[in-house]
Formats: sequence, C-alpha cells, structure tokens
Amino acid sequence: MTPSPAADFLRRMLRIRIFERKAAELYSAGKIRGFLHLYDGQEAIAVGSFRALRPEDAVVANYREHAHAIERGVAPRRVMAELLGKTSGVSRGRGGSMHLFDAATHFYGGFAIVAEGLPVAAGLALARRMTRQPGLVACYFGDGATDEGEFHETMNLAALWNLPLLFLCENNFYAMGTALSRRQARTDIALKAGAYGMPAEAVDGQDVFAVAEATRRAAEAVRRGEGPRFIEFRTYRFRAHSMYDPELYRSREEVEKARVRDPIALLAGRLRRGGTLDDAAYAAMEREVEAEVDEAANFAAGEPVESVEDLLKDVVGGRPS
Amino acid sequence: MKYREAVRAGLREALRSDPRVFLMGEDVGRYGGSYACSLGLLEEFGPERVRDTPLCESTFVGAGIGAALGGLRPIVEVMTVNFSLLALDQIVNIAAALRHMSAGQFGVPLVIRMATGAGRQVAAQHSHSFEGWYAHIPGIKVASPATVADARGMLLAALREPDPTVIFEHALLYPMEGGPLPDGAAVDLRSAAVRREGRDVSLLAFGGSLWKALAAAETLSRDGVEAEVVDLRVLRPLDDATILASVRKTRRAVVVDEGWRSFGLSAEIAARIMERAFHELEAPVARVCGAEAPVPYPKHLEDAALPQPDSIAAAALATIGRSPALAHG
Repeated sequence: MTPSPAADFLRRMLRIRIFERKAAELYSAGKIRGFLHLYDGQEAIAVGSFRALRPEDAVVANYREHAHAIERGVAPRRVMAELLGKTSGVSRGRGGSMHLFDAATHFYGGFAIVAEGLPVAAGLALARRMTRQPGLVACYFGDGATDEGEFHETMNLAALWNLPLLFLCENNFYAMGTALSRRQARTDIALKAGAYGMPAEAVDGQDVFAVAEATRRAAEAVRRGEGPRFIEFRTYRFRAHSMYDPELYRSREEVEKARVRDPIALLAGRLRRGGTLDDAAYAAMEREVEAEVDEAANFAAGEPVESVEDLLKDVVGGRPS
Repeated sequence: MKYREAVRAGLREALRSDPRVFLMGEDVGRYGGSYACSLGLLEEFGPERVRDTPLCESTFVGAGIGAALGGLRPIVEVMTVNFSLLALDQIVNIAAALRHMSAGQFGVPLVIRMATGAGRQVAAQHSHSFEGWYAHIPGIKVASPATVADARGMLLAALREPDPTVIFEHALLYPMEGGPLPDGAAVDLRSAAVRREGRDVSLLAFGGSLWKALAAAETLSRDGVEAEVVDLRVLRPLDDATILASVRKTRRAVVVDEGWRSFGLSAEIAARIMERAFHELEAPVARVCGAEAPVPYPKHLEDAALPQPDSIAAAALATIGRSPALAHG
C-alpha cells in the first residue's frame, strides 16, 4: 500500500529528526568531529520543497544540509558515512557534515561559507538555459546569507538574466547567535527579493503542506520560463547553531515557545484529528525510521577511512577534457 | 600583431570552435573590454556568448564556476587582479577546492583572465601583482603569458584544462607589438621557456618583467656577462626542471617579481633552488621585487618601486661579484 502524501511527509520529517538525533549522539561519543549543524525544527522545508523538484534539477545547499541530501535521494547511510569521514560517504569522507556532494543526483553541496552557493546556483541556471537543458536550480540558504553582498548580487543577476532559479530561503531568524532584527534594518526578506523584480512570498515553514504548495507553484513558474522565484520560509532552529554553540543569545523560553510549532507535531496532530493516525501507527513509524537510521549508523561505523596515500588525489583533474 | 590582438584572436578562435565557450565580465561586450581585448566579439557572437555583467566580481566569478559545473567552458574576465580580491572566496574556497572536497565528483573547468601589474601611474589600488598569491593555492593553474604567442595559445590551452586556470595579462603588454602569431601553433601550459641563452647567470622572470629581464640581459652582454633569461610562463605548477637546469648551468640566479618581496613568489623560487641545487650555486639567489609599499602615483616613485632593467642587471652583476659601477667603468 502506498502511504498517503501526508503520512509520507510525516515519515520523512521524522526520519530527518531521528537522523539528526543520531548524529548528535555520535558527536557526543566523539565519532563525529568538527562542525555539525543540525536541522531540528526546519524539517518541513526540506521535506515539503523537494517534492516539487525533478531528477534533472540541480540543488545547491549550504552547511546545514543533511536533510537536503537525504530528501534529494542520497541514501542516509551515505550521508552518515560522510559525517563519520568514511570512504563510502558521498564525498568519500573528505567533506564531512558541511560538504555533501553527489553528482548522480545533481546535488551541489555542501557550501559552507555563507551565501557563496548563490552565485554558483546562478551559473548552473545559466548553463541550463544556454545549453537548453531542462530543469531548474533550487538554491537553499539561510537568513544569514541575506546579510551578504552575494545575496543581493545574485538576486539582481538572476532577475536581470531571467534565470531558471528557485531561491529557497530558510529564515530561522538567527545567523549563528545574532538575531535577524539585530542584523538588518528591515527584516522582511521576501520584500528584499521582490525589490529585484522577481515574485517573492513568505510562507509558514512549519507547515509542510504550505511549503510543498508554495514550492510547487514557484517551480512551475520557473519551468514555464518566467524567470527566478523567491520563497522565504519562516521557521525556527530548535537546536544550537552547531555543537559548539552554548546558546547564550536566546532564552530557553523562546525556544520552548517555538517548539509549540514543531512541524512534526503539527502534522501528527493534524493527522490524529483527521483520524488517519493513532499512537500505535505513530510509534510503528518511529520504530521503522529508527531502524533505518540505526542501520545507516551501523553501516557507516563499519566502513573504512580513506588511505593517507590518497591525500593528494583529486587536487587537480586528470587529462584535459 | 599587438598582445591585445593576440588575446582577441584566442578568444575568437575559442568562441568559434567550441559552442560551450562564452566570455563574461564587466564591459567585455558593448565597451569591447576595458583593454579592448574583446572588441568586435559582441557583434560576431552576440550577447549570450559575450556577456556583459553587473559590477559584482564575486557573483560573476561564482556564476562562471556554476556554468562550468553545468557543462559550459566559461572565460571570465575580471577587469584587473585588484578587483579579483572581491572574488577570492569563489576562487579559493570553491573553484580551487571543489574537486578535492567532492572527491573528484565535480571539477571546475573555468578560465579566469585578469590584467595585472603596475607601470601606468594608476596608483596603489590599480597596480597590484598578486600572481604569487594565486600560485599559492592548490587546485588551480596560474599562467602568465608574456608573448603574443602565449597570449593567444595559453588561453586556448587553458580551455582544455579540467581545472580552473587563472591567466594574468600584464597591462603594460596589451599595446606591445609582438610580431606575427606563429601559425596555429599550440602552446603548453606546463613548461617554462628559455628566451635567451647564457652561461653566467639565470634571470628568472615572467609576464611584464620578462621584457625588463631581456633588456637587462642586453645591457649585461655589452659588459661581457651572458645572462640566460627564463620565462616562467606557468607559475603553478612551476616548471622546476627548466629552472634548475638553467641554474645548474649558470650557477647563479636572479628572480624578478613585480610583487612584494616578503612571503612572495620570489621567495618560493629561491627556496626551491636552495632545496635542490644549493651545492651548485656560486652565489646566494638574488631577488629583484616590488618595493614594500603601496605603488605610488608619481612616475619617478612608481619606477623606483618596480623592478627595472638597471636593477635587474645590478643584481645579476652582484651575484658574480661585480658592481654596476665597475662594469660600466
């Protein structure tokens, strides 16, 4: 039996939540090192928006991108292996959490300097247009990116050149520890994008249906050749910015208040009220997803790391193309 | 043929022969290129392939990276190396790093051209030579064409590379008359070239400084000193073999770099010679570099801030224990 779209959404969001919980666990156990940016609270965005994308589309994301890779179709075990620095990771373990790349699904990472992926997305979109390849480019970034010059430059370029580009801004209202209202004189991000001459809207990023619907509409417009579209998803990051972050900049109360609009709980509540989900079904779903994530973690733990002999491999390419 | 015409010939050939190639940058189209390198190309190839950009170095270089990833062969013109500082994140953190950090999945076959160098009285912010900075970065190739043949040929060679190649065109060379282009000859993107043979001292130079080194060699020759002049051509990867062969022959070396001396390209070359040919040297490796100050506007100060034929010749004579005064006496 095919699950209903709603149940599929729920299962996917739950999978990301539990994947990230496992990643945090492995981080605490010292198995994952470096920077680790988790996605709790924002699941509805990756899950809802990716339903509007097609295999030929390209995806550009940032450093909080485990969910994006998984929703793009990269096996969770290959994402987990990357977090553990193993050769079966998407980037052979070289990138770690912040640099997931997968050529097979046109998943272009993995860019960990804020906003630097936007120009690259514009170039990918330009190439699609100039070579008459089908497909759009979906570019994910946070509200922090909208502080940067490259955001404004890319908005302008995309609109000026009418590029097949879908801008998906995940506004969790914090760039690390600095709130949007402490960084920007005007905090309406969709309005800024609109100023560059492209249709832009703000959407409830906690409502997976709203995300899916808005993305579907915007993607269709881009596919019709109407140029770039911009969506600001308003959301909230439940966990710290990264595992290093002691969260001195916001109160526990603020986080608790935001958790009332947990995208998973919102959808589960809705399904319960509609009579299509009960405690037993939810628990079963949770167990299934936990098993899948455990399998991914066990797989990753058993995989080899890259040989030191290969340290300099792929610094430059082989023979000219 | 002038150097800028050779660049244009290379651009035109590339645009004609490969539909994936396009040129993008500030004023490359309707203006014809700020150094007139792309004059006429907009008319011939149209605005899709000779693409004027807004003033956003970081973003149009990044768009070049994306276009390269998307299957095209972009040539991005950054008006000058000075402005390329605005695009360094894209070049260093993405273009140069992507192949390695994606474990070979994504290469960036992007060509970035930029004017470099001082000598036109355009003062501190428009006179930089950052070739050494770029040559510091693993993952990119750095080319410095000094002749008309290389101005055309290195561009075409760069377009065959699977990785980002940064091409530095010294702004003083654009109006240089360089004779006819060798007929369709391909040039490589890996070797240095001996431009003048000699036995007494090796002058290692590149780009605009090559011609100053050749002028110095001419002067030295009148004094009975035969200098060998090596045009480095490719700064990364550096052709150690040609450099070392020359130095082993002459046993003396002078490195010429318009860039600042400290922590620069000249230091790297001197270190490599020291590591591999120390016992064959008759004198410490000498360096003639840009003065350690922002390049000033007045001509006499700018001249004093840069390597010149006289200072190169003097450094060469010093390596053989002679002073310029004695030489001319």
